[in-house]
Amino acid sequence: MQQLFYFFQKFKYFLFFLMLQFIAMTLTFNNLNFHKSKFVNSANSITGGIYYKISNFSEYMSLKSENEILAKENTRLKNLIEKNNSVVLEKDSLFTKTTYQQKYTYTNAKIIKNDYTTAFNFLLLNKGKNQGIEKEMAVINSKGIIGITENSSDKYTRVQSILNKNSRINARIKNNTFYYGTLKWDGKDYNTIQLHDIPRQAPLKIGDTIETGGKSTIFPEGILIGTISKVNHGNSAENKVDIKLFNDMSNLGYVYIIKNLYKKEIQSLENIEDE
Amino acid sequence: MNKPFQFILLFFFLLFLQVSVLNNIHFLGYVNPYLYISFVFFYPLKENRFPFLLASFILGLSVDFFSDSGGIHAFSILTIAFIRLFFIKIYFRKTSTDYPFFNLHSESFGKVFNYVTTLTVIHHFILFSFANFSFQNISHVLLNTLYSSIFTLILFFLGTYIFTKNQ
Repeated sequence: MQQLFYFFQKFKYFLFFLMLQFIAMTLTFNNLNFHKSKFVNSANSITGGIYYKISNFSEYMSLKSENEILAKENTRLKNLIEKNNSVVLEKDSLFTKTTYQQKYTYTNAKIIKNDYTTAFNFLLLNKGKNQGIEKEMAVINSKGIIGITENSSDKYTRVQSILNKNSRINARIKNNTFYYGTLKWDGKDYNTIQLHDIPRQAPLKIGDTIETGGKSTIFPEGILIGTISKVNHGNSAENKVDIKLFNDMSNLGYVYIIKNLYKKEIQSLENIEDE
Repeated sequence: MNKPFQFILLFFFLLFLQVSVLNNIHFLGYVNPYLYISFVFFYPLKENRFPFLLASFILGLSVDFFSDSGGIHAFSILTIAFIRLFFIKIYFRKTSTDYPFFNLHSESFGKVFNYVTTLTVIHHFILFSFANFSFQNISHVLLNTLYSSIFTLILFFLGTYIFTKNQ
């Protein structure tokens, strides 16, 4: 017993150090797990509030580019309405019931903290549970996809960026809906992301547009991602394609959060099949 | 001036400087300084090390809360806070009786430079290894360590130079 007390007395700082290191390690490992990252994140009221103040302060710097993006999106949406109207006039019978069956709702939000330099990047939004934001919702802007909501407090939400090594998103080639792949990031360049496991027979050309595949309950079909910048013709096991993003991930402002209204129904169906 | 109060002030000053300004610099696209570790250099040497270790851990954890990085800042700052004594013994040849009189400003620049550089490089290397969390991109980790260390050291020595001149 004497020996034990002597041991603790001699190594008390080292043991204290080890205990704190263990806590830090646990938090690090939990942070990499999508379903366990509860404790250390910036979506609490203190850090969220401070980031909100900082972003209010620095928002004026990017007002001009933000306005340009909004004007472009407005033009695109107006064109879309015109196009849809003309289709409706020509073929009245095509106006089916499914048009009115709303599947997704959109909420707008502002990014108040942006990261793109580490291998595991997270963003922070200024909306939370009070505005109906929950886990696993899609986050996009007018140029393309941004990420998936991960953890929300009452007022703020943390988003797992597509620039995160744990991010997996279903994607396909535009105008060719047969071939699907998985979108991952290798942690190197924040403008380039990789499409894995696309079938070998798929016709891939540099400059082809990649969009979301709609094979999950999170992202709707056909949201833009980027263009193919490099095709590997080797015989590697995973057919890897480099994609240049449409979005400049270092400069993000206002975004949309997409909620799938049928998500619970789809998931309950999937659960029944498992049992 | 009241000593403990001074270090509480330093704690919050470094924390907010780090998360509001230095984390957003992104020099050349990705190089950031991590100046909050100067807390470890400024904190006085004492016989009882528990408050110092705990304060360093909490400072690192606070930076983690802001930058969504789990516990990597806490881990790396705690490591250099613990091994600080070892390098003080090596570079400055101090024993425990000298601790109350030890002051970084009264030491020669060469020794201080060696001491600060060693701890900064160790901290940055652990930090970037954990941030990367795989053996791929190891060159990325080493380059990041080099550039960020240079950036942090320039800011640290400029800062101490300016503040000691005023006194």
